[in-house]
Amino acid sequence: MHSFGYRANALLTFAVTILALMCAIASLSDNLNTPSPSAQIEILNINWFQKQPHGNDEVSLTLNITADLQSLFTWNTKQLFIFVAAEYETPKNALNQVSLWDAIIPAKEFAKFSIHTSNKYRFIDQGHNLRSKEFNLTLHWHVMPKTGKMFANKIVMSGYRLPEDYR
Amino acid sequence: MIVSSALIIWKGLMCITGSESPVVVVLSESMEPGFQRGDILFLQMSKDPIRTGEIVVFNIQGRDIPIVHRVIEVHEQRQSGEVRILTKGDNNDVDDRMLYAQGQFWLKQEHIMGRAVGFLPYVGWATIIMTEKPIIKYILIGALGLLVITSKD
Repeated sequence: MHSFGYRANALLTFAVTILALMCAIASLSDNLNTPSPSAQIEILNINWFQKQPHGNDEVSLTLNITADLQSLFTWNTKQLFIFVAAEYETPKNALNQVSLWDAIIPAKEFAKFSIHTSNKYRFIDQGHNLRSKEFNLTLHWHVMPKTGKMFANKIVMSGYRLPEDYR
Repeated sequence: MIVSSALIIWKGLMCITGSESPVVVVLSESMEPGFQRGDILFLQMSKDPIRTGEIVVFNIQGRDIPIVHRVIEVHEQRQSGEVRILTKGDNNDVDDRMLYAQGQFWLKQEHIMGRAVGFLPYVGWATIIMTEKPIIKYILIGALGLLVITSKD
């Protein structure tokens, strides 16, 4: 009962349990944070809007993305993964979500920004439904912690519309 | 003590998360800097439809290593409610179409094993070492066996 083996085993189990508990508490401390993020997205230009050879619509946009996500960072935050997705519906699909741009924010200092960018990923429809299409642009963020539970949320900005014709 | 408590925790996690493998080890660098090789991810699988941004784990037909990537496109069909999903690793330049099976352009909800909801760094290295250098696994099992045999009671 008092051999080295038993003592080492008991110590190791205890240490691992405490470590797991500390990770859990670190993760729970994230709940104390009340974030107040803000964002705005402006479509600066529709670069082109075409129908691809196999029938799907594709559009290229230039966006101005401004956001202040500093309040999302806690001491347990490793990075913030953010992305902008276009959301719209079509006769065939109840929901389409297409990610247009994403970025990793490694620290609080970089979380307040304003950038001009064209869409990083292609905005291609399943079909040719995009003419005059109304859509939302949603800024999503995923908080990736140093340890523990990951959080995600978003801001939905509506009222955007694609042109009536290809150009 | 460690082995039995680990087993209880593992089985308990399987019940709570409703997933067959509630914990996976990150094996590649395609999700850096968020997830590094050796981190472990806690998975959960609910019936909620998959949406963009979620980090999902899926298997490609014919490959046994699960892939952990983020969903970047979702198309949900009105009539059937089925979703078509496209994924991409954060650290990759292109989406995963190249990885999918021949002729497969989208993933479906049934291909997804779970969503990553939490993570612990570094803990998975033990599994990686034991898989890539199996001799260590044998030494460990040998040593444990020896301990069991030689213990006084």
